[in-house]
Amino acid sequence: MAHNESAPKAGHDAHGAAVASGGGHAPAKDDPHAHAHPTWKQYKWVALILTLITVVEVWIYYTPFTQSKLFVPTLLIMSAVKFAIVVLFYMHLKYDARLFRALFTGPLIIAVVTLISLMFLFGHLAIRAGS
Amino acid sequence: MATVAASPTYAGAQSGEHTGLWSWLTTVDHKRIGVLYLYTSLFFFLFGGLEAVVIRAQLARPNSTLVSAEMYNQLFTMHGTTMVFLAIMPLSAAFFNFLIPLQIGARDVAFPRLNAFSYWVYLFGGLFITLPIFFAVAPDGGWFGYAPLTTRQFSQGLNIDFWVLGLQILGISSLAAAFNFITTIINLRAPGMNLMRMPMFTWMSFVVQFLIVLAFPVITIALVFLQFDRFFGTNFYNIGAGGDPLLWQHLFWIFGHPEVYILILPAFGLVSEVLPTNSKKPLFGYPVMVYSGILIGFLGFGVWAHHMFSVGMGPIADTVFGLTTLLIAIPTGVKIFNWIFTMWGGSIRFTAAMKFAIGLVALFTIGGISGVSHASPPADLQQTDTYYIVAHFHYVLFGGSIMGIFAGIYHYFPKMFGRMMNERLGTWHFWLNFIAMNLTFFPMHFSGLLGMPRRIYTYDSGQGWDTFNMLSSIGAFMLVLSTSIFVWNFFRSKSNGPIAPDNPWDAATLEWSIPSPPPEYNFAEIPLVESRYPLWDLTHPERTSEIPHTQGGWTEHEKEADAKPVHIETERRTAKELGIPMPLPTIKPLFVAAGIIVMFSGLLFIHRDNKTMAFTLIGVGASMLVGFLYAWLLSPLEEAH
Amino acid sequence: MSASPALDHVHAGAHGHHYTTTGLDSRKIAIWAFIGSECMLFASLISTYLIYKGRSVVGPFPHESCAPPACATALKPILNIPVTSASTFVLLMSSLAMVLALAAVENRNLPKLTTGDRILGSSKLWLWMTCILGATFLAFQSFEFTSFVHEGLSIRTNLFGSSFFTLTGFHGAHVTAGVIWLGTLLAIDYKRGLGPADAINVDIAALYWHFVDVVWIAIFTLIYLIK
Repeated sequence: MAHNESAPKAGHDAHGAAVASGGGHAPAKDDPHAHAHPTWKQYKWVALILTLITVVEVWIYYTPFTQSKLFVPTLLIMSAVKFAIVVLFYMHLKYDARLFRALFTGPLIIAVVTLISLMFLFGHLAIRAGS
Repeated sequence: MATVAASPTYAGAQSGEHTGLWSWLTTVDHKRIGVLYLYTSLFFFLFGGLEAVVIRAQLARPNSTLVSAEMYNQLFTMHGTTMVFLAIMPLSAAFFNFLIPLQIGARDVAFPRLNAFSYWVYLFGGLFITLPIFFAVAPDGGWFGYAPLTTRQFSQGLNIDFWVLGLQILGISSLAAAFNFITTIINLRAPGMNLMRMPMFTWMSFVVQFLIVLAFPVITIALVFLQFDRFFGTNFYNIGAGGDPLLWQHLFWIFGHPEVYILILPAFGLVSEVLPTNSKKPLFGYPVMVYSGILIGFLGFGVWAHHMFSVGMGPIADTVFGLTTLLIAIPTGVKIFNWIFTMWGGSIRFTAAMKFAIGLVALFTIGGISGVSHASPPADLQQTDTYYIVAHFHYVLFGGSIMGIFAGIYHYFPKMFGRMMNERLGTWHFWLNFIAMNLTFFPMHFSGLLGMPRRIYTYDSGQGWDTFNMLSSIGAFMLVLSTSIFVWNFFRSKSNGPIAPDNPWDAATLEWSIPSPPPEYNFAEIPLVESRYPLWDLTHPERTSEIPHTQGGWTEHEKEADAKPVHIETERRTAKELGIPMPLPTIKPLFVAAGIIVMFSGLLFIHRDNKTMAFTLIGVGASMLVGFLYAWLLSPLEEAH
Repeated sequence: MSASPALDHVHAGAHGHHYTTTGLDSRKIAIWAFIGSECMLFASLISTYLIYKGRSVVGPFPHESCAPPACATALKPILNIPVTSASTFVLLMSSLAMVLALAAVENRNLPKLTTGDRILGSSKLWLWMTCILGATFLAFQSFEFTSFVHEGLSIRTNLFGSSFFTLTGFHGAHVTAGVIWLGTLLAIDYKRGLGPADAINVDIAALYWHFVDVVWIAIFTLIYLIK
């Protein structure tokens, strides 16, 4: 099956890998199905934001904020944001078929719920009713 | 009613290039791989059954000395391990392989070579974990291998090493197959076959693949921890180092509970094919059957600690898991009602398959009732680790999974082999099996509640257990007889049975629209599917008038598929004549599988302090694995076309 | 027949027998299913680490100092946050290199007008960068592991050592497999070039690579930053 196309054919994958505008100069092929892929500019921003969040995470590690009750939730939220950014943009789940989102979030939810349940079962987490 | 005209067995299967040992070693055809799974798993089923027979012979009388306590431990461990991992799961896999592509109108699975790989890993892994019993070093820590009992400190020998490594090997097989079938079911359905038109067997199998994907990694890690403890001196299950004795239990049962749904759902799917066909009515409540299957799968991840009610998790954990366990009975019970309503008002045809299917409905219900009684933690405190539990899971696994699988075998034998099984022998098999099964396992409810513990190699007389045990043992021997009838029937029919028509049961789904056995390419023309029961639309439209149908209106995408409206295919041309490219047979998956086994075997020698041998084997195995894997990935699946 | 026949046998479109229900490539569906299983794998490893957190009977400990009798000699907390922050940054940048590599492969045949375009458009460059950054991460890990062992923490020492080395070891093994995978793609790029027809294969490798990065994000926070 000869498929050495000389130009990226937009119909190749009806939903998936549409053309990215590489150096920010070449226009995307005009295909009604081509979802906007992240551009170099966006990738740069993603990388910058990831770096920034990491810097903040490490920075607060060295401040007295670590004693606060909010430290762990804050860290978790920041990491969750990094996680989400990589998944949505680098793994382009944001732009891809919804099937992939389902295939990923299902197991992710089960994994997280299992982890949290184990935390409860082994006494690392507890809900205190009343006071 | 079977059609009158019998058609000759497909000629292509007899041609030179498709026969002989090499053709089987290199096959990537899902139908052949399914048959390989069937033979191998039937063999292991018999082997595991023999282990059970020895157990029952030992327990027939109090204070028996037929086998030693140590051998008894190996027997019940291997019986459980064999039945779960080497018999029931692969029997289901036989049907996944053979049936799913046919039911969805596809030519093969998404990754045919990966499919072959899964089988070879299963075969080699099965041998790896089974051969030790011939040297009296079989695993002996129970099929659930609780640590710390199974740590090096309490189990010095090779036994548990074989278990830990063997299960990891088998896990690779199941996971690879799961990725394959998930992709196949999502991506290779014929045009028009949307998810709510898939046959119920395919639906239940779809749920099962996700259960495998989510559950097997957890037991892999539990096993890795045990393996590392045993081979490398880590501390995961080392109480002295602060390890928690419950870590293994939680990790194991997070896998173990979804595992039992992995064991039952395919059988449910098979029954959901057999019952409607032999009631001449569509399945009652198809959408509900789909949703309940999904719900069972999902909830199955939330009940695991009901296997641990006696360990002292505390009232909150006990209550939560007790509630979720009660909850999961609901979607399961719903299915029972749907099957009954399927038969209600139908024109029942009592084929052997139908008998087994109805048998499942009855016997699984009994198992389900005892199951509900376990859901209450206080009640379970009495029941756990007694024969009452043994009764429960044998009703659901034997009365459920095995009966469903037998139903599937009788029903699909004609399609697989082009011949009919003998109905009279099937009837004998069923009734003997039904009586024997109940005779074996029903008394266990009583001996269990009277306090007989599990996993004891003998017991004293005068505790009220003697008669029950004798009855169970008699039942077990009867099971040998009934199973022998089945085996005889199976092999005799394969070589001598009457030639099967293409649709002997006048069934409704796509697999019955092609010859028996199917040609290598399955469908000469990919069918365009318009409803849930495509063949009944052609032959018995009055049955399906209430079911949603497409009236034309194909999407652009579906039109690209070069498909034809559903039709009966009777001609038997070869793939070459039709211009259908077939995947090339290849030995590479087998060698990749072999490489993995060699690597794991090398690990065994670390235990024996023979590092040279260990590293040699690991090195050789790794080279085989990597070398053949690269060759596999860089070679074409099909010939140029 | 294309030059890499194994790499493109499933296509949506005009070829009837390669019709797919979703119009998506089967391999991409399979890799996402695989990633789902990896979520559970790493969740089990991370759960165990967290379960055993604070339960080691003897030191060294991750965030606490250790005095006799819990350890033979007084020990500092053993985790080195600055070094690990650097390796985390390296891995994050490797994901950037990976997306650029994929974009370069997809856009291979587009005109490259400026030097910037040419740099961005070189799949070899970005595959090299990903491999190098990945290997650098592994080098950091090796350095970390060996210094821990020198400081008295091995996989056998205590619960922390067992769970830490197993978790990060599994992660490192995944990174290693990823580097080998990408190295193979790089070799193919040198041999015959990687173009849009190969994008699916690079895409699959990229998804695997990013997932391994994402797991590290979780590990870095849960193991290193949370005391």
